Amino acid sequence: MTWSEMQPLLSEASGDTLYMVGWSTVIAVVGGLPLGVLLVLTDRGGLLQNLAANKVIGQVVNIARSMPFIILMVALMSFTRTITGTTIGREAAIVPLAIGAIPFFARLVETAVREVDGGLVEAVQAMGGNTWTVVRKVLVPEALPSLISSATTTVVALIGYSAMAGTVGAGGLGDIAIRYGYQRFETQLMWITVAILAVVISLIQFAGDYAARALHRRGGHSSVAPRLRLLKNRTPAAEAVASDVNRAA
Amino acid sequence: MITTSGLTKVYRSRGREVTALDGVDLHVREGEVYGVIGQSGAGKSSLIRCVNLLERPTSGTVTVAGQDLTALTGRGPRAGRELRQARSRIGMVFQHFNLLSSRTVQDNVELPLEILGKSGKERSRKALELLDLVGLADKAGVYPAQLSGGQKQRVGIARALAGDPKVLLSDEATSALDPETTRSILQLLRDLNRQLGLTVLLITHEMDVVKTICDSAALMDRGRIVESGTVSELLATPGSELAAALFPVGGDASGDDRTVVDVTFHGDAATQPVVSQLARTYNIDISILGGAMDTVGGKQVGRMRIELPGRYEENVVPIGFLREQGLQIDVLDRPEPQAALVKDGAE
Repeated sequence: MTWSEMQPLLSEASGDTLYMVGWSTVIAVVGGLPLGVLLVLTDRGGLLQNLAANKVIGQVVNIARSMPFIILMVALMSFTRTITGTTIGREAAIVPLAIGAIPFFARLVETAVREVDGGLVEAVQAMGGNTWTVVRKVLVPEALPSLISSATTTVVALIGYSAMAGTVGAGGLGDIAIRYGYQRFETQLMWITVAILAVVISLIQFAGDYAARALHRRGGHSSVAPRLRLLKNRTPAAEAVASDVNRAA
Repeated sequence: MITTSGLTKVYRSRGREVTALDGVDLHVREGEVYGVIGQSGAGKSSLIRCVNLLERPTSGTVTVAGQDLTALTGRGPRAGRELRQARSRIGMVFQHFNLLSSRTVQDNVELPLEILGKSGKERSRKALELLDLVGLADKAGVYPAQLSGGQKQRVGIARALAGDPKVLLSDEATSALDPETTRSILQLLRDLNRQLGLTVLLITHEMDVVKTICDSAALMDRGRIVESGTVSELLATPGSELAAALFPVGGDASGDDRTVVDVTFHGDAATQPVVSQLARTYNIDISILGGAMDTVGGKQVGRMRIELPGRYEENVVPIGFLREQGLQIDVLDRPEPQAALVKDGAE
């Protein structure tokens, strides 16, 4: 294959990947953020303590997270059809991607929100604030640097998941790598897609780290250094997961 | 201003019960600084959190500014509208300041005003005014992380005052600060108490805090108030642990050839040169074994331990002279006569 043959393929696939990942990230954040906050609030000692609800939400999240993405995609087919009218294409892939990412992001949100100092919650309660005020003025803004890191991790995971979206004809870089690179022995094209994925993931990780660090520095947290080290460790791990996923598909 | 009666708090976890408060009756008068002192685990923290119902008391009532707060609690664990409104009229400062790191100093002070639904213009005017009051007018735009501990607590105090409270609760506000900063924060609290007529209830484990700013104090131990009263009342109470801790005096007890006497000064007698008068009038040698004098709530108070030569029986007349001066006299280690003296002292 020549470059002029590969170029349109690659640019279309990149567009598809970004489209799918972009929309599913938006939905994952919109859905996962309240879910994660709810997991903290309903837990023992939480502002909306409700252990039964907490257990139910926790179990749903666990089940959704333990399901391999490719299975989730198949399992959700009829649901996807009722929402998008089809089970094939980019739009159809966004549904399982988002549903897979919501519990993933929710767990990360839960961890981030749990780290917020309980004294701050107490202070706002002492001022006469209600639970909604606590969430809006304390939990979310104080956890924001961690939430941004969590969103970054979610985006990277979604890029990995999106490689499987080719199964439903949604295209994307992963699909190109499998169909051309693996099945038609176009090794060169495969390596180019891998390189593009690596660059995209690095850029996203860099942007996420930068934003989280900027917010952290403003807040003057002394824990910036170990946090960033953790994030750096996360990058190769996430990429490894992504390439595993590619190979599996 | 703040009254608790029969306040009890029992924590239950995994079948175990811990009684943090065991029938606490507290009465804080309007405009005074009231200190509750005790060791960790004595229940001070639970007590102050029960006053604005951050903790639900198991039984008993809390009345702040004539309003029975315990009646405002709904059935569930969440605070209803009325209780939240009542809380907004009670300021609270914390040991670890509890400022939001994501907000600037000014925005932190504005937070209670946002909760009260004030307009942006009003909020910023009030916040700047309060920052000026606590001496941090130039720090409005910085983040809490850039401030020292003392400055953070000043922001905490400004924030607590945003809702124009009549009552300020202080939860170990100076315990995380060095001695010098502690003094300046206490001075600020004292000034606010005078300028704004603010009633302050503070809990602390530092005797110095009570000594520096409190009009009244209570000693807590294992969930109970062991002693309480104004500082002069406590001083006038024979055997008061708080008085002994506030005004420690050293020296051994009486023996066969000496009489050791604790002289407690409070009120007008504190200004009289009684010891030298005693020495001149009866021509006796007096040794001062120890003493502690201080200005508490603007009055000279304190106690002194002196030694008179000879047995107690030989010193009845000089001791009588001291009592005539309006001083409280306790003779050490003379169980029977002391009991009689206690009665005299109480009169």
